[in-house]
Amino acid sequence: MMNLTNLLANYGEAAAMILFGIGFTNLLLQNNLIKKIIGLNIMDTAVYLFLALKGYIAGRQAPIIVDGVQSVEAYINPIPSGLVLTGIVVSVSVSALMLSLTIRLYRRYHTLDFDEITTMIKKEEK
Amino acid sequence: MAFVQNLPFICILISLFTGPLSSILDGKTAKKLNLVMITAVGIMSAMVLAFTISSGTSYTYMMGHFPAPWGNEIRVGVLEALMATAFSVIMLLCIVGGSKEREEELESTKQNLYYIMANLLFCSLLALIYTNDIFTAYVFVEVNTISACGLIMIRQNGHTIEAAMRYMIMSLLGSGLLLLGVCFLYDLTGHLLMSNIKEQVQILASTGEYQIPLLVCITLMTVGLAIKSALYPFHTWLPDAYGYATMSSSAILSSLVSKGYIILLIKIFYRVIGIDVIRASKITNVLFVLGLIGMVMGSVNAIRENNIRRMTAYSSVAQIGYIYMGLGLGSEIGVIASVFHILSHAVSKALLFVSASGITCASGKNKDFASLTGAGFRNRLAGIAFTVGSLSMVGFPMFAGFISKFWFAQAAFENADHTKTFLALLVLIISTVLNAIYFMKTVIRIYTPATALAKERNYQNITIRQQAPKSFAMICFVAMNFLLGMCSEPIMKLIQSGLEMFG
Repeated sequence: MMNLTNLLANYGEAAAMILFGIGFTNLLLQNNLIKKIIGLNIMDTAVYLFLALKGYIAGRQAPIIVDGVQSVEAYINPIPSGLVLTGIVVSVSVSALMLSLTIRLYRRYHTLDFDEITTMIKKEEK
Repeated sequence: MAFVQNLPFICILISLFTGPLSSILDGKTAKKLNLVMITAVGIMSAMVLAFTISSGTSYTYMMGHFPAPWGNEIRVGVLEALMATAFSVIMLLCIVGGSKEREEELESTKQNLYYIMANLLFCSLLALIYTNDIFTAYVFVEVNTISACGLIMIRQNGHTIEAAMRYMIMSLLGSGLLLLGVCFLYDLTGHLLMSNIKEQVQILASTGEYQIPLLVCITLMTVGLAIKSALYPFHTWLPDAYGYATMSSSAILSSLVSKGYIILLIKIFYRVIGIDVIRASKITNVLFVLGLIGMVMGSVNAIRENNIRRMTAYSSVAQIGYIYMGLGLGSEIGVIASVFHILSHAVSKALLFVSASGITCASGKNKDFASLTGAGFRNRLAGIAFTVGSLSMVGFPMFAGFISKFWFAQAAFENADHTKTFLALLVLIISTVLNAIYFMKTVIRIYTPATALAKERNYQNITIRQQAPKSFAMICFVAMNFLLGMCSEPIMKLIQSGLEMFG
């Protein structure tokens, strides 16, 4: 019972983990390259959701000083937000790289199915 | 503070900035810049190594003006400096050795792009070695992935693009897990600097709180890095990536890139979590078993391969298995053996890739074994170099590979857990025999006279001078193999003292 109440209290984190799982399986198991990339983005976004939830403190403001209020008590933890920003930069560049690879493969083999591409390459070799 | 202490930071900085700078240079200038940069980093790292040896302690270097729990840090000890020096030398020789292949295989307008990737890759390796901040480590893991992918796909054909895609998918799965682990760890401890995390983890371990989340963290980070460094069964991306990329890329990827992740993993074990907590978590047993399976399966796959480059690539799976087996023993001496094997495998595998390229050049660029018959006579230096590399991999005395196998056996003997001792020794023997089968098969093949075949297909003999850069790289790698094999004692001492100040 105790565990269930914990889960309900942290429903945001639980949702983030479920999303991570969905993204991870998509990236691993989908055959379609575009769906793989969507999976990658779901996975990364889930981590950012988790971080944002962890940095948030109920009732406080975003860590930008307005009206000269400098008390620590007024703001949320800024570090997770910083980590999310860094993570977004990384995932944008990785997605761009994956998309460009997908375009190259599509131009060569006229399909987005990764298994099919692998079979075609094996045939080419023979 | 002595001036030398600034050098690790300067090394990271110049390798970082020469990357983008190469984009506006032409191929030849970019190559020169790259060589000068790596040489400079090598010299500076050697100076740092001398400094840390004489001072006998590690030091932390504050980045920016914010002190410990807030700012970013790098931390330098003997082990870090030794790795940085060795990596610079190996990187330099790989780049020099493959220069002719790159000119032939890459389009002339894309020559300079190669050096952007190489410089950024080198920068991320240095940063992984030196950093004391776990999130910085994650960011540079991603930089490393992207630039390694660039090195694979820069030679454009169906094979390399597919290999790059496969590499990206597996690497991103790995770094996703690593990122999640880092976030959990931040959530548990409230710190990002490695030393501060360790303090908090020790408190958690002594009070017995949050044991399950901590275990999840350790597992996520270990599995993430294991995927990225191609531990069996996560090695599926490796043979294509190493087998079809241009020669210097394969050499750099197999000898350095996967090792960068392993060094980060050792760092997480010693500096972030603490080795006692790691041992108590039993994650070492998982690594031990996977390492053993990898040692056998990598060699079995290599035996079945008919392409010399892919065979060498599969041999990397086996050798990564050795390293994880050493880590998995869980004892100090096992880790020392693993760190030594990182060096000895880097030196031998790079030698094998360079000399395999020399052998295939003397066989009309064919990579199947039938065409390679007698190639050792057509390109004498490459034949000798390949033989030396093979002997080292098999573990012949006098070469680097023998010393690491000796220490792995020693580590297995001194292990308190006798099942582990037995299993490790048994698999060491099996793996050595398997290694000998496929490497000796190749060596015998290249020294089987085949004048008729060579005449029929019009294969040319290649002298040392015709391939001057490659010959230079091969001679240096052979010398390094001898050096590591004949005077391993001082290097072992350095690794040992480095590991003591690592945690």
